[in-house]
Amino acid sequence: MMTNHGNRLTQGQFSFLPDLTDAEISAQIKYALKNNWAVSVEYTDDPHPRNTYWEMYGMPMFDLKDPAGILMEINNCRKTFPNHYIRVTAFDSTRGWETPRMSYIVNRPKNEPGFGVVRQESRGRNIRYTVHSYATDKPEGERY
Amino acid sequence: MSEKPDEKKALHTVPEATPVDLEAAFRDSQVQEVLDKLDRELIGLRPVKTRIREIAALLLVDRLRKGLGLTAGAPSLHMCFTGNPGTGKTTVAMRMGEILKRLGYVREGHLVTVTRDDLVGQYIGHTAPKTKEVLKKAMGGVLFIDEAYYLYKPENERDYGAESIEILLQVMENQREDLVVILAGYKAKMERFFQSNPGMSSRIAHHIDFPDYTPDELVAIAKLMLEGQQYRFSPEAEKAFAEYIARRMKMPHFANARSVRNALDRARLRQANRLFAKPGAKLTKKDLVTIEPEDILASRVFSEGVPDAETPKAVTL
Repeated sequence: MMTNHGNRLTQGQFSFLPDLTDAEISAQIKYALKNNWAVSVEYTDDPHPRNTYWEMYGMPMFDLKDPAGILMEINNCRKTFPNHYIRVTAFDSTRGWETPRMSYIVNRPKNEPGFGVVRQESRGRNIRYTVHSYATDKPEGERY
Repeated sequence: MSEKPDEKKALHTVPEATPVDLEAAFRDSQVQEVLDKLDRELIGLRPVKTRIREIAALLLVDRLRKGLGLTAGAPSLHMCFTGNPGTGKTTVAMRMGEILKRLGYVREGHLVTVTRDDLVGQYIGHTAPKTKEVLKKAMGGVLFIDEAYYLYKPENERDYGAESIEILLQVMENQREDLVVILAGYKAKMERFFQSNPGMSSRIAHHIDFPDYTPDELVAIAKLMLEGQQYRFSPEAEKAFAEYIARRMKMPHFANARSVRNALDRARLRQANRLFAKPGAKLTKKDLVTIEPEDILASRVFSEGVPDAETPKAVTL
């Protein structure tokens, strides 16, 4: 059975859709800005589903009015890390929320090997399962 | 990219005699409303208004051309405002955002005002992020750099200002449709700045010089300012103020409209004082809103021939 259809990482919003165009990304950012959320750009080469903290590409951007500035950062990040996962996160600081309200991938490596399941036999022939990214077998920076 | 062939085709396929409705486009954009408002609220400034009208016309024609499928490359709208203190550079810059938004040139139309401090960092590696952050904030609107010549300090070659200028230039060139940069400052200093930064000069399409106001214009400005604060001159007070302007203009540190505003602020102080000084007198609403000649004639401009305690700070824009 194929568990990773089309070899695509499906994390965050829109990840089952084809990659967003720059215009679509801008429209999503515009929505976030309209709601006064702070938008930030993050990247990683270890996209394990439990790896919540990706590296920040610069500071989160506050007080912006227009998506062009964020798109500029996204493109800079793409240029620096063309073979990393890059995502855009919009953080809502409203009391009670204080959490990312949007998060979607805007850049992926050309080849995504995906994840495998690792079975560990433990006491009493119990099986413990873990999800393992094939890419992380290689050292950081050489993964994709 | 894919539009390119279509545009080329349009030049030949769309008949030459295709009618275009410039007037309808003009009406729809509601530009006239903005221009009228500009005329009403800004006294004088002929060359400035003419240039804004020209820009508005160009953008409208571009929009019509686009409608026919002809090429309409976004014109460079970076501007440089030069002029003496108090000639309305900041005020016009603020309006510029609104005008360009109406014309559909910028998306948001907000104004971000910065000076050297906001752009240039204090240590190596600090300048680029700082400048970029400001640029990002200004995108979709207008970036107004006040006293831009301080960005470049020729006497110190290790100054980080040059780095900031480099980033500015890059964004001004590559992201023309995302933001409009307006530089402002005094004319002589600005010219020196452009001489040492030819790249900057050539990327700025519009150099607009703000003329000094005539005495009549200054009185008209004063009346407009008072109206905004719901005060008015009595007829004699207006004459006294015209006299005040005539004398004040000959003195040092005269800052056009800003001096007028300061003079009015002081006149309001004296008016309040005058009302207090006659206890028991029956005051009416008219007393509260009217500036009388004695409020103006009490100025040191008349008695000693020197400006009132106008701090030198008032000279900076």
